Formats: sequence, structure tokens, C-alpha cells
Amino acid sequence: MKKEYVMGNGAIALGALAAGVNLAAGYPGTPSSEIIETLAKRTNGEVYLEWSVNEKAAMEVACAGAYTGARAMVTMKQMGLNVAADPFMSLAYVGVKGGMVVVSADDPGPISSQTEQDTRRFGEFARVPVFDPASPEEAYEMVQDAFACSEKYGTPVILRPTTRVCHAYGTVDCRENSGPKEYEGFVKDSGRWVIFPKLANANHRMIEERNAVIGRDFSEYSFNTVTGSSRKAVVAGGVSYAYAREFMKDYPDYRLIRVATPYPFPEDFMLKALEGVDEVLCFEELSPFLEEKVLQLAGKHNLNIRVSGKLDGKVPAAGENSADIAAEAIGKFFGAPAARSGDYTDKPELPARPPVLCAGCPHRGAFYAVKKAMEGKKSYFCGDIGCYTLGNAMPLDMVDTCLCMGAGVTMAQGFSHMDEEGTAFAFIGDSTFFASGITGVVNAVYNEADMILCVLDNSTTAMTGHQPHPGTGRNIMGEIAPKVSIEKVLEGIGVSRIITADPLNLGESMAAVKECAGEKGVKAIIFRSPCIALSKPSEKCTIRENCVNCKLCIREIGCPALVTIDGQTAIDRNLCTGCGLCASVCPVDAIGGAGDE
Amino acid sequence: MNKDILLCGVGGQGTVLAAKILAAAAMNAGEKVRSCETIGMAQRGGSVTSHVRIGDSSSPLIPRAKADILMAFEPAEAVRNLDYLKREGIVIVNRAPVKPVTESLQQTGYDGTEMIEYLGSRCRCIVMDSGELDSEKFLNIAMLGVAVGTGRLGFDREEILAEIETRVPAKFLEANRQAFLKGIAMGENR
Repeated sequence: MKKEYVMGNGAIALGALAAGVNLAAGYPGTPSSEIIETLAKRTNGEVYLEWSVNEKAAMEVACAGAYTGARAMVTMKQMGLNVAADPFMSLAYVGVKGGMVVVSADDPGPISSQTEQDTRRFGEFARVPVFDPASPEEAYEMVQDAFACSEKYGTPVILRPTTRVCHAYGTVDCRENSGPKEYEGFVKDSGRWVIFPKLANANHRMIEERNAVIGRDFSEYSFNTVTGSSRKAVVAGGVSYAYAREFMKDYPDYRLIRVATPYPFPEDFMLKALEGVDEVLCFEELSPFLEEKVLQLAGKHNLNIRVSGKLDGKVPAAGENSADIAAEAIGKFFGAPAARSGDYTDKPELPARPPVLCAGCPHRGAFYAVKKAMEGKKSYFCGDIGCYTLGNAMPLDMVDTCLCMGAGVTMAQGFSHMDEEGTAFAFIGDSTFFASGITGVVNAVYNEADMILCVLDNSTTAMTGHQPHPGTGRNIMGEIAPKVSIEKVLEGIGVSRIITADPLNLGESMAAVKECAGEKGVKAIIFRSPCIALSKPSEKCTIRENCVNCKLCIREIGCPALVTIDGQTAIDRNLCTGCGLCASVCPVDAIGGAGDE
Repeated sequence: MNKDILLCGVGGQGTVLAAKILAAAAMNAGEKVRSCETIGMAQRGGSVTSHVRIGDSSSPLIPRAKADILMAFEPAEAVRNLDYLKREGIVIVNRAPVKPVTESLQQTGYDGTEMIEYLGSRCRCIVMDSGELDSEKFLNIAMLGVAVGTGRLGFDREEILAEIETRVPAKFLEANRQAFLKGIAMGENR
């Protein structure tokens, strides 16, 4: 045993290693990204690891691994499971030989996501078992239990952590690892591995019967617990259980029922836990999953229990839970007061700190060039998922739509078909281009759309913490890998004009936009400049004495390094990277670019 | 020992490293620790917090009105997180404001003074000034020094210093050590 103070995502990685994982694949997405990264740091080639091009690819790579009898893990954020839903739903029918754990990290809030979807629902939808850890320590144990369950029942299994489990740190007792699992290899059997309607029908029956067995198995699971004996009970799962326990530890008599395996629901366990209970408060995040399960159970067994939670407004319907929300909701339920802080309602107005593009970010240049080149012309600016979604902020205001990964490319086509007057732009990052942009470009060429694709290529997956991707020439282990050329991909698809421009060179970039806007068909501009958070340039811009303090630079590009000190326009040297974009908008040539110092 | 410490500031100020040093010092002292941080879309310029919980805890986030110490790297962030402070808790706050990145566009005139005044009127508050350090870069280590100096952290200077030494790159070690000692002096004077 060795104690390690690790992040929840690190604990998941260490748990997978303890379980003898042979293969892990994933696509970066907050809050899941550090799982694969930890595996890369803690293994030495004995586990096959990859950043896949997207979640669907990761799921399929891992699925073949599990068919060979090896233990496979695939990691993603909750919306990644939507991308991987196609293989996942079918895989649930086919099943696996080696253990396969699908880690889908939910993001209540949402803190850095588009949706507040609930992976527990996905598990039930796919008829796949779900483990729901409440802490990094539990995540370490549960990922091993999930592998065992997967192998025992021949089904993929979901581990569903949430942001406050993934990004929390805890002290994990790590066992000695015995190395990756020995596995048999793939044994051909088309009756088992080739999905046909007949197989799907037979397996659907088998799965429903099997899940009842797993539900009984889960009823004995050590992480499903009851404490206290009051006639009122709180039912909780995931990190909401940790919040509930934090409040209820001062009231040991109050009954707290914890469900660590929401699907298949451990009915026997819950029936026993509810003995002598006449009122239940379900405390959970995202959706009223446990609440509906308890309601179903009450109906099925004719239990005279009043069930509260999200459905009757006793627990917030949306947003993240916290220890405070637990104290408030549970305190009210039991009539026990929560601790009061001082009354600070008279506090002065606080400055808002919205996320913005970094000072010197090349995306700013790309957005500004398109904005200036299209000034006064009707345009559609379709955004996408990544740092560049922040191009929506004032004063750039260059993102009209943002839906999901890759949607900007195809939505731009929809706008172009509806309006021949306007010019439709799609802004997409390099990693997102590979993840889900390419098929959209094929669609555009095939269906003869008029659009301008702007690939904002900063040679990394910036928003999620600078992971490599197929265009970077590096793999997950930091080794040199084949580099897929965005230009050649576009050329191969048949994009009629492809221009590469430096987004920090305003003149060059505007010329590229104007050239593309003057033509019909599918055109592409690759705005290429490295992410400044990686390249960390040391140059600084300077404001010369001839500055007339018109503040045009501030109003036009909104760079955080442009500030006012005592009313005078100035450059914050701690932030400036010397990109010189401000120098190119200055009407009186009062800003010295990087070369001037 | 049961101690809840909330570190707050603006992305890029080094709250994460300071939290890690506290957690490691507590681990070495044989304590159970739990912590939680802001990661992801809150990049440079956003409000960030690190919750460090020493002793027996269940929630990764400190409940409201439970924090023993609020270490605020920025005045407005101290006020933003004041609800977490225990009635008898203390606030250690850096006087230097970080203007929001939108300030130059919106011109709200925020300079932190109103926040410091408010804190002074509402809680036990120790104000330090990162301007007195050789560089703002050592603010996080200096803040730890102030906390040690007050004697309310529960760790002595050697325990924290040992962790600073293992986590700070060698070439910045001396400068950080100086910032730490300066912080201790700032804390002891209050």
C-alpha cells in the first residue's frame, strides 16, 4: 500500500492500472482529460494508449481491445458519449469478452459544457451498468469493480464521475500493480461479434434478464450504504452524497441512503433501506434519476412513502449542487438549521470576470480580419467548440452560432442555401477539424454550398489543456507521429481555394478573406499561428509618445493587455506577447510592434 | 486538526500551487486532506478558488460559514467568497487589484479600495501588499508566509518551507524563500 494524493482523474487512471488495463483511448474534454494524461505519465509502453481523433473512434478502438479479451478503457466528457453513441448502443447488445469501462464524466453546472446531460440516463438507455463514485478514493476502487463487473457479465460498464470528483484531490491507498492483464486474443465467431437483427433480438432478451441479476448483485455492493434510522430519509448518489454526508454527519440518527450503482437499480437494497421510512428526499444533480427510481419502486411495491426532490422543487432542478445546497435542502427536510455565515448582502458590486481570449491569442487576429474584410456585408459567422468560442465576446462579437463539435461547418452550409446574398463563414479549430469537421467539408463540396471555412490552426487542443492531435506531429506519449496536413485533406476533398494566412498579419489575412468572399463554392483559409500559451513569446509592444489616446485599439480588438492607466491607453507588460495586432489597427502609428524594442 | 482553508484569486495568480503546498504539508503531518480546484474554461482572467480541507471531511467543497482562513490573492475575490468564512475566521487579503480584462472597455473604475474597506468593516482582516514583494510572481508563496506568520495556519515555517523547496524550481527557490520570509513578517506584525 502506498498513499498518493491525487486528482480524481488520476485516481481513475491508477485504478485502471491496478485493474490491469491493457488499452485506453479517449478524446480530451473537461472534466475528463487528465485520465489519459495520467496513464501516459504512469506507464512505460506496457499499456496501449491513444488520443483518438474523436470519441467514436476511441470507443471503437477500445471495443476491439475488449473483444480480444484484454481490459480496455475509453474516456470522454458527457457530450463525447453522444458522439460515441452509435458504437456504444450496438456494443451494449454485442457485449465484450475482456472488461471494458466507459468513463463518461458529467459536468453539473454546467461549468465547461454545452449541456447538463446525465450519463446515468445513458446507461439505462443503453442497458449498461453504471458506477457513480463520490470521491477520488472511491473512483480508484470503483473503476476496478467496474472492470470486474464488465468481465463477469460480458457487458461494457460505465463509470460516471462528475467535475467535483474528477478535479477534486484525495488520498488514495494504492495497491501494488501486477501489470497488464494476460489476454487470449480475438477468437473468430461471427455469431457473437457480427450484429444482425436476429442477434440483437436474442441479446436484448438476454440483457433484460441479466440486468435483473446485476441489480440483485448490486444490492449487495459495499458502496451502497445506509446510515441512521429516522423515518425520514435522504437518498443520494455521486458527489451529492458527499455533500449530504458533510451536513448529516452532525446528525447521525438521520437516515442517509447512498446509491453507488444507479443502474441496474439495486431494488432489493433500496426496499430494505426504506423499511420504516415514510418520507424521502432525493438529493442528486443533473436529472431526477434516483427520484424516479424510488417513485417507481414505491408504485411497484405499493409503499406509502412521500418522495421529494427535483420533481417537486425541493432540490434545484438545474445547476451544480454544493455542500450549501445540501445543508439548505436537507436542513429544511429535517427541520435542522444550516450554519449561517455573516450577512454580506450589502457587499459592494463585484467586477465580472468573463473568460476571454488570451492577450496575443492568434484567434483574435483571425476574427478581426474577417470582421474588417466583411464590414458592411451580410455575413453569417458560425462558431464551434474550443477557445475560439470566446470570439463571441465584445468587442469582436464574431460568433453568431455555436451548437456542438463540428456543427459550424455544416450550419454555414444551411445558411448559404437559405440566403444567397449573405456570405457564410465557419470557424473551427484544428483539433475540432479532425474530430468532426472533415465530413462537413465533404458535405459542402458534394452539395455545392457557398461557404468559407476558417480553420484556426494553433497546433494544439488548447481549451482542454494542450493535448496533441493528428495535425501536431506528436502522439500521447510525446513521440513523433505522422502529421496529417489540413491543406492536403481539404485539397483531397475538392475545396476550390485554400489559402494559408498568418492571423497576426492583418493585411495578409484580410486579403485572404476578400479573395475568398469574391468567389462561389467552398473556400478555406487556414489561419496558422501557434497557441501563445505554449509558444510564450517574450516580445512586448510599446506605446509611443505620439499616441492621441483615441482608445481605438481597445475598442476594436479587446486585447486584455490593452489597459488604461489614469485614463491613458497603456500596455500591460505582464500580459502583452508582442503580437502587434494593436499596432496594425492604430490610426496614428503610435504602437511599436515586437521588433521595436 | 480540522482546518478549512479557501484560497481565491484570479487565474494565473498561483492559487493552485499554494493549495498543493498546504495539502502536501498536511499529508506529511499525517493529516487527511481533500481539495478541489477550478480548472477548464476559467482560464487566465477568471475567478478561481482552491478549497483545502484538512482533517475529517466528506465534501470536496468547503461549506458556507466553515472556512477558518480565507486567503484572497485579490480584493474583490475576497469579498466574492466571504460567505465561506466562519464568524471567527480570518481573511488574509492582497491589496493589489487585478482589473477585469473587460475593464478597459467598460471603465467601471474598479481599483480594490472599496473592497478592502468593506472587508475591514466586516471581518478580521489582514491586508498585505504584493507591491512590497520583489515580484508579483511570488505572491502565492508570500501569502503562505503571511498565513504562517499569523500563527493560525496550524503549520510552522519549516513544514511549509520544506514543501516549497520540493515544488519550486531551483533557480527561483531563493527568491521564493525571501518572499515567504517577508510574508511571515507581514503576518507577524498584525
